[in-house]
Amino acid sequence: MITRFLWQGLDRKLRWFIALVLAVGIVPALLNLLMPAGSALHVPAWVLQLVGKYLCYAALALAVDLVWGYCGILTLGHAAFFALGGYCMGMYLMRQIGSRGVYGNPILPDFMVFLNYKELPWFWHGFDHFWFAAPMIVIVPSVLALALGWFAFRSRVTGVYLSIITQAMTFALMLAFFRNDMGLGGNNGMTDFKVIWGFPVQADGTRVMLYLASALMLAIFLMISGAVVGSRFGKALTAVRDAESRMRFLGYRVERYKLFVFVLSAAMAGIAGALYVPQVGIINPSEFAPGNSIEAVLWVAVGGRGTLIGPVIGAFLVNWAKTYLTGALPEIWLFALGGLFVAVTLFLPKGVVGLWTQFEARRARPRRAAAA
Amino acid sequence: MTLLRALTGVVSLIVSLALTSAAGAADLGTLVANLTTGGFGDREAAIHALAASGDPRAAPILEALGAGRLFIRAADNAVVIGQAQGNQLALTDALTGKPAGTAAEDALQRVRINNRLRGAIDEAVGSLTLMSPDPGMRRSAADSLFKQRNPSALASVEHALAAEKDARIKRAFAEARASIILASDASKSQKLEAISIVRDRGDRDAMGILQAAASSVDPDIKAAAMLAAGSLHQTLAGWEAVQNVWYGISLGSVLLLAAIGLAITFGTMGVINMAHGEMVMLGAYTTFVVQQVIQTYAPGLFDASVVIALPLAFLAAGAVGVLIERGVIRFLYGRPLDTLLATWGLSLVLQQAVRTIFGPTNREVRAPSWMSGSFAVGQIDVTYSRLWIVVFALLVFAVLILVLRKTSLGLHMRAVTQNRPMAAVMGIRTPRVDALTFGLGSGIAGLAGVALSQIDNVSPNLGQGYIIDSFMVVVFGGVGNLFGTLVGATALGVINKFLEPYAGAVLGKILVLVFIILFIQRRPRGLFALKGRAVE
Repeated sequence: MITRFLWQGLDRKLRWFIALVLAVGIVPALLNLLMPAGSALHVPAWVLQLVGKYLCYAALALAVDLVWGYCGILTLGHAAFFALGGYCMGMYLMRQIGSRGVYGNPILPDFMVFLNYKELPWFWHGFDHFWFAAPMIVIVPSVLALALGWFAFRSRVTGVYLSIITQAMTFALMLAFFRNDMGLGGNNGMTDFKVIWGFPVQADGTRVMLYLASALMLAIFLMISGAVVGSRFGKALTAVRDAESRMRFLGYRVERYKLFVFVLSAAMAGIAGALYVPQVGIINPSEFAPGNSIEAVLWVAVGGRGTLIGPVIGAFLVNWAKTYLTGALPEIWLFALGGLFVAVTLFLPKGVVGLWTQFEARRARPRRAAAA
Repeated sequence: MTLLRALTGVVSLIVSLALTSAAGAADLGTLVANLTTGGFGDREAAIHALAASGDPRAAPILEALGAGRLFIRAADNAVVIGQAQGNQLALTDALTGKPAGTAAEDALQRVRINNRLRGAIDEAVGSLTLMSPDPGMRRSAADSLFKQRNPSALASVEHALAAEKDARIKRAFAEARASIILASDASKSQKLEAISIVRDRGDRDAMGILQAAASSVDPDIKAAAMLAAGSLHQTLAGWEAVQNVWYGISLGSVLLLAAIGLAITFGTMGVINMAHGEMVMLGAYTTFVVQQVIQTYAPGLFDASVVIALPLAFLAAGAVGVLIERGVIRFLYGRPLDTLLATWGLSLVLQQAVRTIFGPTNREVRAPSWMSGSFAVGQIDVTYSRLWIVVFALLVFAVLILVLRKTSLGLHMRAVTQNRPMAAVMGIRTPRVDALTFGLGSGIAGLAGVALSQIDNVSPNLGQGYIIDSFMVVVFGGVGNLFGTLVGATALGVINKFLEPYAGAVLGKILVLVFIILFIQRRPRGLFALKGRAVE
């Protein structure tokens, strides 16, 4: 029944797109594993790592789009959920290091030995088991989103006020995680991971698996989002975005719709963060920086808000440009990023995907005229 | 008592004579020459005479004598101070303090002293600083005696106390005397009197001395000291609260400066200007440029540099603001979330532009002389820069209120805020008002930048640190209400400073953020909401 629900929500275009995402996952992975290292078709591991990172970003963008594009909640703190998921994963990976750390302490991670911790803080217990860490990756961001959303939506904090609140939230979290007393690595964060599920993190095979997992995650997220958006619930959600007061007067519990989609989106962001961390090999408090969340919003804006394909395309485009420009012309990058913000809001309110529909509409118009 | 008074008369006569003496150098020459001749008894008299001269040059001579570094040069019988330098001694003329070449030790004759003279020298050096013509020196000598509590210094302190004219320094001497008495084996009545004097001093050092006295064996002294310490503790706690309030007001004034421009653009226009912090940064860099230009072309004007920078910063930031409004924001009215994104992009561009022009490192903006230093009010230190910033913030606030209430621009602004179509119908050119309003808000941010350049690092990231705080202030105070911004800024500043001692600076800030997040849930429209019935 669930599969039918998921499948029904997808229109043809989205099905093709999900297939494309899966292909982007499987083909390079196979090329990496099967082709010999010297071959022109061999995909080196660093490309997989880079694209794997983009896939996680795309999942974050999708999560932002779900609340912003479909529900009109401009969140400026979604990177916080992403980072919280990442921290949960980081804690699991830290515990997996065991006595392989620099100080060789079988229980305490290196930074705790360094900071003179005598025993593991209470919130670290259980993170040595994946069966405990995995649900935490979903639960921690969701609970935060639930708490924030519960209060905010009930008291009808909307629009820019909500944006500012979410920004304050991620800023406060950043300050908190920068503290060494927090017991989460302070400003150095967590790094130097050794193994994941018993496999060495740095090995090519592990990388390929993580890459495949990222692609699979994005595909599943697209399916879930498609199902949610295509359902009756999704229609109501869009209506809340366009005329919140009217929906409320019609008797809908607006805050419940918002809360559900906000929590769902936070959970998605958390999972994306959790897959991001082993691929980049570090998680630190700068992931909470307000700028990161706003950048994620830009990916959505560039790709096209209110579409499911748009944020994925936007995340890939912007991040590819970032990788290229910060390497080739580092001075230009912030100009380009800033200019992109302005240009997209001024000239491309529907994003890159919107360009296509605009183009199609223009092409369709004369045809319709001819038919009439 | 009469003896003391007579002595006072004599000493002050000597001091004033020494100060007014036209032939001071010659007198000093005789006095110094006396140090080197005659028996030890004569020399002791000479030491006392030198001390009584109150000449500022006497102290180093006496110190050199005590350390065995005072010599007579065999060649010309000059009195010199020697400092070991390799095998030789570097010489300084004792009278003029000028370098006098070098010499081997056998070309010099050391001025000899004995233990009795050493005692006399120590005493003389102590009393010389106590009798120094420089009031600051006397003050600090009194303060160090207050903390040292050396009973042997009692005589010279009493001596200085009797000679002192300046009421404040006299009090410092009296306090030093009291502190010494508490440490010595003086009579009970003297000690009880001393406790009350020390208590009246009312600072942390006094607290330490009273606590020491509270461990006395004498029950009366113990009780008196404990009572005094208790009341002093209360006074100090009171001062600490006053200090926190002052720091809070100071922080609040900074927040007010940063937020007040935002209160205009966000509050009256509904425009989220994420580049607001960068306007502050532009103001700070304008100050930097003005100071550079002044240093190159007119160094004499340096003290006025900040004042000169004010109108320029207002114009620079205001012009950029008008450009932003005309170039970007006017296309985005009614789409606040898009405005937010576009202005965030502009903030990145401005930051990178400044980084490209001025470099990524901190730039030095110096304080003019009238903004450096500090003064004490009771037990708290007030720095001039902070004081001026508070004054400046209030001034800007007052001027802004006046502009909004009394000028035609203000009238138009309020009209457009309240009802845009109606204002347009009445002939107000709303696009022009929008541009000017945005320019005004940005210009005020530029003014804030001039002030903040005095207390913060002038770097391309300057604005980033203020933008979230400013939004918090505006939202907390109530959007569209300037007095709300004033109250919000002050309240947040004071709350922050009261939390800091308990939670630490970072945690305090986190708590304030959490507090505001929760507060907005309770009152989504801020502390002072504008009344209205509109549904969005």
